[in-house]
Amino acid sequence: MSAPSEERTTAAAPDTSAGPRAPVRRRRRRLRTMTTRDRIVVALLLGIPLLLDLAFVWFPAIGTVLLSFTKWNGVGSLHSKTCVPNMPSILNNGCWFGVQNYHQAATLDPSFWPAVRHNVIWLAVFVVIATPLGMLFAVLLDRGLRGTRIYQSLLFLPVMLSLALIGIIWEFVYSQNYGLINTVIGRNGNSNAIDWLGDPHLNLWAVLVEATWRQAGYVMVLYLAGLKAVDPTLREAALMDGANPWQTFWRVVFPVMRPINIVIMVVTVIESLRAFDLVYITNKGINGLELLSVLVTSNIVGETQRVGFGSALGVVLLVISLVPISIFLYQTFRREEAP
Amino acid sequence: MSTEALARPAAPSAARSGGPGSKPKAWGQVASQAFLIIASVLWVLPILFALYVAVRPYSDTRKYGYVSMPHHITFDNFRDAWTQSDMLHFFWNSVLITVPAVVIVLVLASGVAFVLTRVNVRVNVALLIVFTAGNLLPQQVIITPLYRIYLKIHLPGFLSHSGLMYNSIFGLVVINVAFQMGFCVFVLSNYMRSIPGEMYEAALVDGASLWTRFWRLTVPLCRPALAALATLLTTWIYNDFFWAITLMSSGDKRPVTSALANLQGQFVSNQNMIAAAAMIAAIPTLVVYLCLQRQFIAGLSLGSSKG
Repeated sequence: MSAPSEERTTAAAPDTSAGPRAPVRRRRRRLRTMTTRDRIVVALLLGIPLLLDLAFVWFPAIGTVLLSFTKWNGVGSLHSKTCVPNMPSILNNGCWFGVQNYHQAATLDPSFWPAVRHNVIWLAVFVVIATPLGMLFAVLLDRGLRGTRIYQSLLFLPVMLSLALIGIIWEFVYSQNYGLINTVIGRNGNSNAIDWLGDPHLNLWAVLVEATWRQAGYVMVLYLAGLKAVDPTLREAALMDGANPWQTFWRVVFPVMRPINIVIMVVTVIESLRAFDLVYITNKGINGLELLSVLVTSNIVGETQRVGFGSALGVVLLVISLVPISIFLYQTFRREEAP
Repeated sequence: MSTEALARPAAPSAARSGGPGSKPKAWGQVASQAFLIIASVLWVLPILFALYVAVRPYSDTRKYGYVSMPHHITFDNFRDAWTQSDMLHFFWNSVLITVPAVVIVLVLASGVAFVLTRVNVRVNVALLIVFTAGNLLPQQVIITPLYRIYLKIHLPGFLSHSGLMYNSIFGLVVINVAFQMGFCVFVLSNYMRSIPGEMYEAALVDGASLWTRFWRLTVPLCRPALAALATLLTTWIYNDFFWAITLMSSGDKRPVTSALANLQGQFVSNQNMIAAAAMIAAIPTLVVYLCLQRQFIAGLSLGSSKG
């Protein structure tokens, strides 16, 4: 397999013409050397995980799409009859509802558009603040300054904590009468206290500070791993040519880091769609903290189960998340897909 | 290749560039240092503050607020949080979920990664995509049908007291395994590609079977990646909140992370005790991180420039 690995290191250059053929021939030879026992091992090693993945990830994902066209409260069975309009919902159960769930979400549900807006703000803050901050940390740590190990450990600390725990920890910072911020800025009286987590105009931003606090450390570690893998001779060559650190990073290191940049982009988008724990622990995701993920969840664990409606919201999340996922998969596997 | 090996040669060069004749560089270093120090302080401050609240009696903070000089320092909050909330029980639930899940994920994922990188299954790229993409979906996309499935699947009594997949520790292990596998397959297959092919040819010449090539050759070589993944998985699964609150109804089977949310309601009158409970719950992940920190970055090759 030395040929393909060689090919990969020079992958930045335009595709080699003779390269791809060699591994195919080798692979065929290896296939011939497989015994029956080897084949069984392959089937097991691949089959069990695949089955698990299909049954508990992909089957539900498709199920979400199908259920989103139904009206169902989870009790009784599903059937393929169309829902009858203007009937009490008790009789209209488990029926085909068409795109009505989507229609209701967009027009009737009062928390749908706020949730979408909050998710967009969440994403914007991650893209504009959290991710660049994490990258900056990584670049500075990669310079090998004194104390790098300590900084790295401290900045990464929040990533090791669960988001639920982070929500609890920050409540002491934001607490109205006793909290760190209000005491320091002198707004902890009963009349002038700022209700950071209760005020619907403030709480999203307060929670986003918590989220950024964690996300920056996460991005930092991913980026640092990427920076460590950059061939040091590239940087030396750039320095030889008289490039300053700024130029070296943007013209040499950043382009080489393309795969890791894509990983970071995906992590940023997906994490902002997944955002759930922090708002749930803060106030169960109401009153200014509505998010799509919370709405999906409240339709299945709440008192009234609206399976179809919750699924429709899940599909909205699915469609949005498919954009970064597709970009990532395309960029990552494009080279291997070629013959 | 460990981070240490990379850090050591870098240190003298940093010292050199700080020497005379390179003022702009020295200034840049001071600025970087200052920025990192300020950031680090800001990053630990909330944690230290919660810790500070935790070691003070409730009566003190009630009287003077959280931001005040310590009048008494006490560990009573930790003791009370531990005994009154039955934390040992919740910790045990976390162990029962996390340990099997991490081990199973790593075993299954290394198998898949090995087959996909070293055996030519015709659809291996497609399969890699199936696994990787599955892990990238937001959990909420699959939760609604998953919840229904969990209510439908019956389990024998020794796996679940309720007789259902729902509300069982087994069920949580399964979903954590299925959901995290994609990421591990992706990382491990990138890592396995960097193993030189000559080793496999040599093994083939020696007549090693496929299983031997996997278990005796590949897995030991992947130890750095496995260590990094073990760290990540342990924290992710231990820290999981979403699966535990959606796929479990009762508080007493939940792992410690989601049980904390209940404690918050239970001890609403004593915030200091909640702070103490939160600190206790954070200990396992911090220990794991401190122990495996070194392998962490070195092993995490996420398809970077080499992959």
